[in-house]
Amino acid sequence: MSEASLWSTFGAAVRRDLLLAMRRKSDVLTTLFFFVIVASLFPLGIGPETDMLRRIAPGVLWVGALLATMLSLSRLFAADYIDGTLEQMALSAVPLGVLVAGKVTAHWLLAGLPLALLAPILGLQFDMAPRALAVLVASLVIGTPVLSLIGAIGAALTLGVRGGGVLVSLLVLPLYVPVLIFGAGAVEADISGLGASAHLSLLAAMLALAGFFAPWATTAALRIALE
Amino acid sequence: MRFINWFRFSSPQSFYPLAAKMIPLFAGLAVIFGAAGLYISFFVAPTDAQQGEAYRIIFVHVPASWLSMFLYVIMAFWAGVGVSLNTRLAGMVASAIAPTGAMFAFLSLWTGSLWGKPMWGTWWVWDARLTSELILFFLYLGFIALQSAIDDARRADRAGAILALVGVINIPIIYFSVKWWNTLHQGASVSLTRAPSMAKTMLVGMLLMALAFWMYSIAVSLARARAIILERERHAVWVEELPELKR
Repeated sequence: MSEASLWSTFGAAVRRDLLLAMRRKSDVLTTLFFFVIVASLFPLGIGPETDMLRRIAPGVLWVGALLATMLSLSRLFAADYIDGTLEQMALSAVPLGVLVAGKVTAHWLLAGLPLALLAPILGLQFDMAPRALAVLVASLVIGTPVLSLIGAIGAALTLGVRGGGVLVSLLVLPLYVPVLIFGAGAVEADISGLGASAHLSLLAAMLALAGFFAPWATTAALRIALE
Repeated sequence: MRFINWFRFSSPQSFYPLAAKMIPLFAGLAVIFGAAGLYISFFVAPTDAQQGEAYRIIFVHVPASWLSMFLYVIMAFWAGVGVSLNTRLAGMVASAIAPTGAMFAFLSLWTGSLWGKPMWGTWWVWDARLTSELILFFLYLGFIALQSAIDDARRADRAGAILALVGVINIPIIYFSVKWWNTLHQGASVSLTRAPSMAKTMLVGMLLMALAFWMYSIAVSLARARAIILERERHAVWVEELPELKR
């Protein structure tokens, strides 16, 4: 298969998932509202002291983004698995890995990117400085694709399994720990004057690593689920 | 010279009696090493100058931590063998190891907090080692939960294998990220590594206990693997003809 047709397959997979999501907007919006509500609950639970809120903001927003991404994982393969589309994808002449990469990219465009764009508005509620907000967006833009990539492995493993929704959190959340540490750490390092570049570089390294391995592992997991 | 067929014991049918012969051997070794290790740790090893008698929990804590990490790698190895060579027994062994590994991870956390209370004055600190051990425990739980959620045993083996292999790649990343996170957040107020160099008898006691735990793990995993074989192969003719199952 030529390189050009692989790219067009990838593009078609992305377009298809985006189109499906646009037909049912509420699925995408629910995830976003979940993120907003979780972030708004923390000041209510902890108290309105601005100093405290400013300190916990990076961690709270990152944990919220992480949970929101995890909740939207079931959308990734479940519908295609139930109506048999996934099986046709696996049987087609196109490499399944390319289709998986396309689906993961679409998932990030629908779940990760909106979170990153929404985060600065929530950050203002926590009285974060403009510079810290910029770093927060940068860390989320680099970090959320890793969440989608690792999460795809968990989503594929729990396909058609009893209690899949709860199970996927047990599988995926421990693997999210490094992303959370460096993502929230980037903002905190910037606030404390250490500079965020080291954290962002490490996040980008994780993205490169996950981008290489995760579609491959996801494909293997999907083939097991489809047997 | 006759060619040794190494793959002979990769069939559950021939592995089942072999495991039965090996269990008493490893269980016996575990008892011997355990008795020697406990004797040294309680009666031979000197009282620590700084920590008093409370330090003696190290003889359970450190070997348990070692084994919890070692067993995860071994489990992932057999899971990988099972998924790449498509052997049934390797997957069974991997799922037989998991509960023992989870038990050691829990034991390590538990004894760690028992040790932390008299030493640091607190049950738990967000130390890099404690935190990564906790995440390792979660990884074990995820593996066990995934396998028990899938009814088809072969699919459970393969799905667990992928999870275990992904976990093995992640363990070093998790360890280093937690370590750097820890040093950034708080100066290393508590450090296990800064302790004065260990007396030789203490090291011997720890190694003996580690050997005892290791032999125990093998014996228990083999016993569990036998149970899994019986459960999965219960419709096979050779299982029905086993003398211990004849009524």
